[in-house]
Amino acid sequence: MEKINWLDWGVIDWNLPLNHWDLFIVGTFNTVLLTILALFVGWVLSIPLAFLRANRNKLFNYPILCFTYVFRGTPLLIQLFLIYYGAGQFDIIKESVFWVILKDPWWCAFIAFSLNSAAYQTEILRGAIETMPQGENEVAVSMGMPVLLRLRRIILPSATRRALPMYSNEIIFMLHGSVIASTITILDILKAGRMVNGQYYVAYEGFITAAVIYMALVFITTKGLKRLEGNWNAYKQPRTT
Amino acid sequence: MLKKITFSVIGVLFGLSVNIANASDTLRIGVEGAYPPFSEKTSDGKLIGFDVDIAFALCKEMKRSCVMVEQGWDGMIPGLLARKYDAIIASMTITKERQKIIDFSKKYYATPGKFVAKKGEFSDDKPSTLAGKIIGVQSSTPHADFLKFTYPNSTIREYGSQEEIYLDLTAGRLDAILADSIALSKGFLHTDSGKGFSFFGENHEERDFFGEGLGIGVRKGDTLKDEFTKAIEKIRENGVYKKINDKYFDFDVYGE
Repeated sequence: MEKINWLDWGVIDWNLPLNHWDLFIVGTFNTVLLTILALFVGWVLSIPLAFLRANRNKLFNYPILCFTYVFRGTPLLIQLFLIYYGAGQFDIIKESVFWVILKDPWWCAFIAFSLNSAAYQTEILRGAIETMPQGENEVAVSMGMPVLLRLRRIILPSATRRALPMYSNEIIFMLHGSVIASTITILDILKAGRMVNGQYYVAYEGFITAAVIYMALVFITTKGLKRLEGNWNAYKQPRTT
Repeated sequence: MLKKITFSVIGVLFGLSVNIANASDTLRIGVEGAYPPFSEKTSDGKLIGFDVDIAFALCKEMKRSCVMVEQGWDGMIPGLLARKYDAIIASMTITKERQKIIDFSKKYYATPGKFVAKKGEFSDDKPSTLAGKIIGVQSSTPHADFLKFTYPNSTIREYGSQEEIYLDLTAGRLDAILADSIALSKGFLHTDSGKGFSFFGENHEERDFFGEGLGIGVRKGDTLKDEFTKAIEKIRENGVYKKINDKYFDFDVYGE
């Protein structure tokens, strides 16, 4: 690629990341896909777990509490390393069918991120369920709604609505947390930046480009979520005629 | 002047310490600490290895006191430029690309690169043999550049350090790895985890990628470059080099 002179600022030469724009495209794709999938799987897992926790289910409450406690109480990086490097240490795992999945760094990151996100989302949703205005639930009971229908139509929407700000935090946390995928050879946004830095032995160009992309993603996410919050909570706004 | 100001402002902004060159006589040497047998850490955190011994020997020869500064591989040159240390003694190959940014002393050793895989897995290392296979390599090394250029049909996986590569090779995530033959032999094949693995294929010393050996990196125009070159010649002559060499290897790693 031809060098664009005005992009060369001396200390920082933006031609370097520009020469490798394709790395950043692949990196952004991997980061976004990994984050979205992990959040989605985490969300699906968190719904039953949160209900069981909120009801103080005799059998499941403590095991679930242990799960969320461990995954929220330890660094994501350690969880990823335990799954990635830990799994490779045992012949039992290496000879099992799971190895097809655990052999691949992408799947390891996906599993670690999903479990981590499930733990956080479980506690977010549980909190929102427990602080639900009792009236909403009582009305549904007095209407004769069966439990599952009540969960689906009343409790889950109401809890999700109120938990939305916390979900925003979790989404951004997951997006930022996903940088550690780069430590197990996955080409994400940070890895693309590192590769550019490594190629030209520079410190700023790759990292700043990566930072700008992350910032843009966070900006888009928060804008979108703010809108969603406005829509979902519109019923709470003072009426204007 | 303006450039200098911009640089320090950016440095402060990003939390990097842009120290003005230390006025004291102590030389700060950047070493990696994750590249056995050249540079590794004992379980109590002490830096040891060929690079470290050579570094102290050279400092003694130059009559300077030295401290070792540990630095991850991919920040090695940026760290030198940011004056976190004054010289790199970390098995760094003298390549044309790197010479655009920093200066090198004459080589202090030179060993070829070589592939390693499970014993008997591959008969040769031709690109066609390794097509479709996953090859692990340390990023920002001449070996990585060589692989990307010569083995376009293989999947090249880049790692931060050599030790992670060994973990993934033994775990079975990689089909083959390419690295310095001595590092592979002493750091992996001769250890417990290297059992069942062996070298295959040619010695790789392609000059376009591997240059003229491994040298000591210093900032552009720094007179340390000649001091180091002279010190290397001295310890080659007076037997100090041989003593260190024999501690780690049963042949002369200096090359011709």
